[in-house]
Parts: sequence; structure tokens; C-alpha cells
Amino acid sequence: MKIRTRLRRALTRLTRDASFLALGAPLHLLMVSLLAGVYGLLWGVIGGADDSAPIALGFVVVATVFCVPALTVAQRWRFRRLLGIDIPRPGLRRPWRQLAYHSLAGMLFGTLEAVVAVLIPAGLALSLTTVWVYAIPRKWRIEHPEYATQAAYLSVAGLLVLAAVPYLAAALVRFESEVVPTLLGRSREEDLVRRVEDLTESRAGAVDAADAERRRIERDLHDGAQQRLVSLALNLGIAKATLVDLPPEAREVIDAAHREAKEAIEELSGLVRGLHPAVLDELGLDAALSGLAARAPLPVRLRTDLPRRPAPAVEAVAYFVVSEALTNVAKHAREATRADVTVTRLGGILRMVITDDGLGGADPGRGSGLTGLAQRVRSVDGTFRMSSPVGGPTMMSVDLPCQN
Amino acid sequence: MIAEDSVLLRMGLVKVVEMAGFEVAAEVGDAEGLLAAVEEHRPDLAVVDVRMPPGFTDEGVRAALSIRRSRPSTALLLLSQYVEERYAADLLAAHTSGVGYLLKQRVADVEEFIEALRRVADGGTALDPQVVAQLLVRRSNDPLERLTAREREVLALMAEGRSNAGIAAQLVVSESAVAKHINSILAKLDLPKADADHRRVLAVLRFLGVGA
Repeated sequence: MKIRTRLRRALTRLTRDASFLALGAPLHLLMVSLLAGVYGLLWGVIGGADDSAPIALGFVVVATVFCVPALTVAQRWRFRRLLGIDIPRPGLRRPWRQLAYHSLAGMLFGTLEAVVAVLIPAGLALSLTTVWVYAIPRKWRIEHPEYATQAAYLSVAGLLVLAAVPYLAAALVRFESEVVPTLLGRSREEDLVRRVEDLTESRAGAVDAADAERRRIERDLHDGAQQRLVSLALNLGIAKATLVDLPPEAREVIDAAHREAKEAIEELSGLVRGLHPAVLDELGLDAALSGLAARAPLPVRLRTDLPRRPAPAVEAVAYFVVSEALTNVAKHAREATRADVTVTRLGGILRMVITDDGLGGADPGRGSGLTGLAQRVRSVDGTFRMSSPVGGPTMMSVDLPCQN
Repeated sequence: MIAEDSVLLRMGLVKVVEMAGFEVAAEVGDAEGLLAAVEEHRPDLAVVDVRMPPGFTDEGVRAALSIRRSRPSTALLLLSQYVEERYAADLLAAHTSGVGYLLKQRVADVEEFIEALRRVADGGTALDPQVVAQLLVRRSNDPLERLTAREREVLALMAEGRSNAGIAAQLVVSESAVAKHINSILAKLDLPKADADHRRVLAVLRFLGVGA
């Protein structure tokens, strides 16, 4: 069973390789013969051979020119259909490269393909020599015994050729499939450019999607949960104010519930602020940042200079950066008494500088806050710099590109 | 007059407003309804949510500003989900008395909210401490830099709309101490002695960065 499957697979592969090469040979040699025609006719014209030679030359040149894209298409089809290799469509770009491929590489490949393709019938014919010899009348065979020996040698040689053909064919197919896509398709450079474009686009999409999601959550919390909590707290507050003749235990319970509801509102608004405040969408970075600065536990001086609003994704990242930076200052900057936030737009760059007067020694390598911040900045191709010598002061500078 | 799109909260607000001794002439759920109801009932005070249908952005503020123009005698108390000092500044620039701007969550402290309601209805101001804090961030590089931390606190409470007695209670100091601080603030802000109340408003205005 095992041997049969292996044999079948080998045969399938051989059929595939053989047809690939057999198809390749005329395609390649067509171009070679066309070019040979051009060459020969050109000599003829120079030599002043015939009146019709220039006209024939013109025909052949036009045929050659039209053959280049047609042959490219045919080669692409051959690779895709038989090998499953997709050569990127070069279209009409780089016609010289295509011409070079079809003439120079075509000559090499065409010859090799033709040789391999011929080896199969040749091998078959050789290996069958003994059969031919036995088909000849016995008398003649006895009279010429040396032919029988030669026929045996030839048969062995034919079998060897046949045995070698699959390997040769496979090697040639591999060789072609490695060389041709780079010659005929896009260059590596073009591929990289295309890839970078694709990646940039898909990443921008991902960033935008995450932003939209944040905004949606913020809105849901604001319009749903928070409203309900406020109204709950309000009702508890009313109960507290009106039900004055309750037993002290009941009052305590209402008091506690009221307090908890208010704390829940505070927590919820804190959460929402960290996500994506509505004010950022409606009124922009300037208004949202002033809210951050006001809520920071230490005095913050905020200066903004934004003649135009940046793109929403950039605004969101900028807001996040300042929010994280101020949280970091409040949490980790030792002996910091104040912070400065400057946001300016310099042409296509939004620059944020956040400084504090603490003792410094902050390390971007440690601490998930700074790592997350740097990652978020990189998500929009921004740059993140930090200087925090021991003894202070700490300065963080973030540049975000914003073309619009 | 109450304009608030969340039904639950509106019901609660109606209760509180009635507890404060006001009569609720109408309750509406959007800015258009608010303007129509103001024309119809001519209320003394309107409590308005900033975010209302259809756009859920600043419909309430725009409606309030238009009420300010058409019926300046209507006191306005705006309730907002978040602090946006520009809204407060817009309102104050239009007119400085009978204006309030509070965070929605403040209504949970019923007594304080009722106090703010009365203050605004009586022609005073009621600004949310968070609004005041944000304005402080903005105006940190002008004559206000000369004030001491305590004086800033006092000025912030003045800006919230509190009386001297209210400030004294909040800071746990005597009323005369508050008066002393206020005098010092007025001197530092170069506000000449004239009508005492007027100077107080000017100081707050300068603090808020509107007018003056």
C-alpha cells in the first residue's frame, strides 16, 4: 500500500513537472526564435538582401513587442496553474525587465526544458532497444550477437536516464520557480513598499477601531449606568433628607447606601475619563486636557497651541499620553510639587512635553505605565523620548505625526 | 422648569426642586420643548441638562444662551455629565447673575443642591468646584499668581457662588478671617474700593477669565 501511494505521488509529480517543462519550452523558445528572426532579418537588411526584408523585420519586431506581455501572462498562468505559485502581476511596468527575462532567461530555460522534455522519449526509446532487437528475426540476431549486447547496454542507459528524469525535472522546476518570480514579478523593494503600505493601512484601521470601541463604551457608561446611578443617589439623598423620623439603624443604612452610590459615580467617571472622555470628541484636546490638569492631585500648568484639531486617533493618543504621564507623576515622581504640560502643533507634528520637578530616576524599561504609553505612541508612528536623571527633573517628550 | 432627557433623573429632580419649595411649571425632555415651555410658563428658574436630544452634545447650553437673550430674568442652572469650563464661561459672559453650572452627580447631595438652587434663583451663582479647578489651571500665569494658596481657595469658593458665611463654614475659619482674605485678594487684583459687591463679582470674573 505504502509503496503504491508513494509511486502514485511520484508519478503525479513527474506528470506535473513534465507538463510544466513541456509547456515552458515552446513559450520560452518562441521568444528566442522571434529574437533570432529579428537578428537574422536585421543582418539581411544591413546586407541589403531583399526588398521585403524591412517589412518582414517590422512585422517580427511588432510581434515581439506584443509577445512580451502576452508571454508574461502565459508564464503567470503556467506557474499558477501547474505549480500554484502566484507571480504578482507586473502589468506594463518594467517592460525591459520582462523583455530581458523572455529573451535571456528564456533561452537558458527553454534549452534546459527542451533537453529534459526530450530526455523522456529518448530514455523510453533507449530502454526499449532490447525489445526492438528481439522483434527482429532470430536468425539475424544470432548472426550479429554484438548488437544484442549493445542493445542491453543501451536499455540500461535508457533506464538510467528515465530514473534520472524525475530528479532533473524537479531540480529544473525548483530552479525556475525560485528565479522566475523575482525576475518576472515585483522586485523585493516593490514588495516591501506594498507591504508597508498594507500594514500601515491595516494598523490605522485597527487603531481607529479600538478608538471607536472606546468611544462606544464611554457613551454607554455615560448614558446608561452613570445616569441610573445618579438618579439612584439622588433618590437616596431625597430619602435621607425627607425621612427624618426613621430609627437610627435605618438612617445608617440609607446613609451608607447614599455614600456608596456617590462613590460608585466617582469611580465610574474616573473609569470613563481614562477611556475616552466625551468632551474630547465634542470640544477637542484643549478642553479635555484642561479637565485632566484640573483633576491632577498636584498643580499642573497647561499650555496648548492648536490652530487646528488633529485627527481623532491622534487626539485620543495625545489625551492618553497626558493622562498616563500625569498619573505617573502623581504616583511615582518623588517629591514632585508641580507639573508642566505643553502641547503644540509644529507643522505636521503634534508635540507634547510633560515635565515635573520631582527627583527623577524614572526608567521607561520598568513600569508597565511607561511601556504602555510608548506602545500607544508607536501605534500612530509617534516618537517617545524621556529624560529622567537621578535628582530630576523628569522630562517626557512625545511627537505624534498628524497630516491633515 | 426642568429639562432633562433621562426620565428617572427628571422625576428625582422634580422631587428635589419641590422639596426646595419651588413649584414645577413644566418638565421637558429636549431643548425645543424647553424653549417652548419657557415662552409659555415664564419660569423664574430653569434646570437644564447640557446633553439632550437630538444631538446629545451641547443643546442645553445653546438653549440656555438663547433663554438668556430672550428672557434675561430667568435664572439658569445647568447640569452636565462632565466639566466643560467653556460652557460655564459662555454662560457667564452672557450674564453673571442667576447662573449655575453643576456636575450632574452633585444633585445626589440633596441639601447642597437645594442650596445651589436657591442661590441661583436669588440671582447668585453656583459653579461646580471642578469647573473652578479647571479655570484655575487656565489662569495660572496672570495676577492670580500673586495670591497665596489660602486666598486662592477663598477665591475659588467665591467663584462657586458662596457667601462669606458659606466660605467660612467650608474652610472652618471665622467669617472675619474670610473678609480679611477677600480684602487682600481685591487689593492684589488691583480692584479699587467702590461698591463692595461689584468688586466681588469683578474678582470672580477676572478669576474665571471672562469679561473684565
